[in-house]
Amino acid sequence: MGIWSRLAWLRPWLFLAPAAVFLIVYGGWPVAGTIWRSLHQGDDAAWVGLAHYAWLWADPGFVRALANTALWLVVVPALTTALGLMAAHLSDGLRWGGLARAAIFLPTAISFTGAAVIWKFVYDYRGGDQMQVGLLNALRVWLGAEPLAWLSLPVWNSLLLMAVLIWAQTGFAMVILHAALRAIPPQIIEAAHLDGAGPWRLFWQIRLPQIRGALAVVWTAITIMVLKVFDIVHVMTNGQWGTQVLATQVHDWLFRGVPDYGRGSAVAVVLMALVLPLMLRNLWSARARR
Amino acid sequence: MNRGRRIPARAAAVTVSLMAVLWLVPVLGLVVTALRPADQIAASGWWRAPFATQTTTALRTAGAGVQGPGDTGFVIEGGLLSPRARLQAWGLTARAPQAHAPGDSVALSGGRALTVDAEGRYRLTAPGPFTDPRGQRIFVTTATPPRLTLDNLTRVTGAEGLGRALANTLAVAIPATALPILIAAFAAHALAGMRFAGRGLVLAAIIGLMVVPPQLALIPLLSLHNALGLGKGYGSVWLAHTGFGLPLAIFVLRSAMAAVPRDILDAARLDGASELRILWGIVLPLCLPAVAGFAALQFLWVWNDLLVATVFLGNTPGQQVLSGHLRALMGARGGEWHILAAAALVSLAVPVAVFATLQRPLRRALAAGAEPRC
Repeated sequence: MGIWSRLAWLRPWLFLAPAAVFLIVYGGWPVAGTIWRSLHQGDDAAWVGLAHYAWLWADPGFVRALANTALWLVVVPALTTALGLMAAHLSDGLRWGGLARAAIFLPTAISFTGAAVIWKFVYDYRGGDQMQVGLLNALRVWLGAEPLAWLSLPVWNSLLLMAVLIWAQTGFAMVILHAALRAIPPQIIEAAHLDGAGPWRLFWQIRLPQIRGALAVVWTAITIMVLKVFDIVHVMTNGQWGTQVLATQVHDWLFRGVPDYGRGSAVAVVLMALVLPLMLRNLWSARARR
Repeated sequence: MNRGRRIPARAAAVTVSLMAVLWLVPVLGLVVTALRPADQIAASGWWRAPFATQTTTALRTAGAGVQGPGDTGFVIEGGLLSPRARLQAWGLTARAPQAHAPGDSVALSGGRALTVDAEGRYRLTAPGPFTDPRGQRIFVTTATPPRLTLDNLTRVTGAEGLGRALANTLAVAIPATALPILIAAFAAHALAGMRFAGRGLVLAAIIGLMVVPPQLALIPLLSLHNALGLGKGYGSVWLAHTGFGLPLAIFVLRSAMAAVPRDILDAARLDGASELRILWGIVLPLCLPAVAGFAALQFLWVWNDLLVATVFLGNTPGQQVLSGHLRALMGARGGEWHILAAAALVSLAVPVAVFATLQRPLRRALAAGAEPRC
């Protein structure tokens, strides 16, 4: 037995070491650093306790961003999952279903900045008697209504920004749900069919319960994506007209004008706190599988 | 028997094709806009690209300076249009800019008369000499035949700095894709192919880190990079992307490696192969689809990223990546749709190509990456 054999227990840790360095430096350290910053103030880093958090609740900008984020969290995962499920299930029996799925999957490859440009051409508004070259307003004019400056109409504008994310991520939901639907043992479907279940009941009572796991996966993944959503809002409205969300607030406090790291970090910690339940659920289910 | 099933099938076909069209239409709008001449983009919506565009503009006839003698008084003559354009209608007021047809003769105040023909040639007559040096205002509505052009694309790739941004993005994306795979391969092999105490804990930490929002990490990491003397630059952005992509990389590779039969590994170990040889010679080649899938995912993410690049690389022309360039174009030249659309189209080309060639491994990596979340 040489020295190498006796040091064999070290081997996995040697293999893990480079990754561990990165995970600590780029994962653990920033989380700790952000929490620390949210409790301190200014260049001399004086301890201020929870003052930043107390201040946040009085700040209308933050409250607005929190309310918007809550709206995003309800609307986007629900609609994206529903549309993805619809596309996955309905396209399955079609000969050209693969082609349709490719079309719906395509936007997942597009950057949020690129998506913002694409949707600018849909939401565009021109004042006065000018020809409307944005699709949505052209449609309104064609139907005889007045064109609207969509992106500056509060609440509508947030919903329209959400539409961009839904458009971009439905393909992701569809791909995962399609794989899950395909993985249902055909005997189950066959048996239910023989028992006289119609397509409607087959879907709601047999297929849907079978893919509960995949639905949760998609919902969670999209929720995390929503919490991180920054580019779409930043590029399309820059958080104006009441469209700000937590992620853009973090960015604004940290990078716009005179940076305020204390407040920016406090917003970031709130954002992290919203992710925490999902993280714990991940851990719990990963442990349950082992 | 069959009739009951045919109606839902037809409804499904209609719904799915409607969805596919709805999802493609915005992209189509971008492609068509990028290929249209700038003046047509502003004059009509992209969906009218196959048709002639109608443009209404306000022009003026020549002024009193060019008048000449006519049959009964004084005349000003000239042309309003470029040779290819055809006049469809004309008018004298903004309220009724299309009141008259080509060839109509209209009486104006003071005994003056105006006629404009289909080629845009006008003839303004008056009994006495003209005095107004500015001429008569005329609204002309012209039809320009539909035209598609590559001008916008050649312009953005050349003069508009997009070529530079494209090179910058590649310089960020390739190392930022390779580096996490390299590091994750070792870690994933340890987690999937070796037995040791604390394995579950390490895995839990990695799953936990998968959901940390990158916004959180920006300031602490930037100050760390500054303290290390890295500052803003390519090294800085490579490391940041590696750090953010690593948890997913480890997870996807570990899932694939766990499927490699243990007998193969044990046999190789009995033959005296080192762990490094086992990883590079046996495990990785078997996991190539997973590697390709993660590579595609990470490449797309890095290519499409705006935030990390802005913070860790900067925004000067030598550092700006495509998404930052697009964002700058939207701000500074939001009105110049032809530039914006062409630039966006160029920035989409690479990810869509990657996506098209690697669709299958990409879908598998997506599914594997989503797995810890169920």
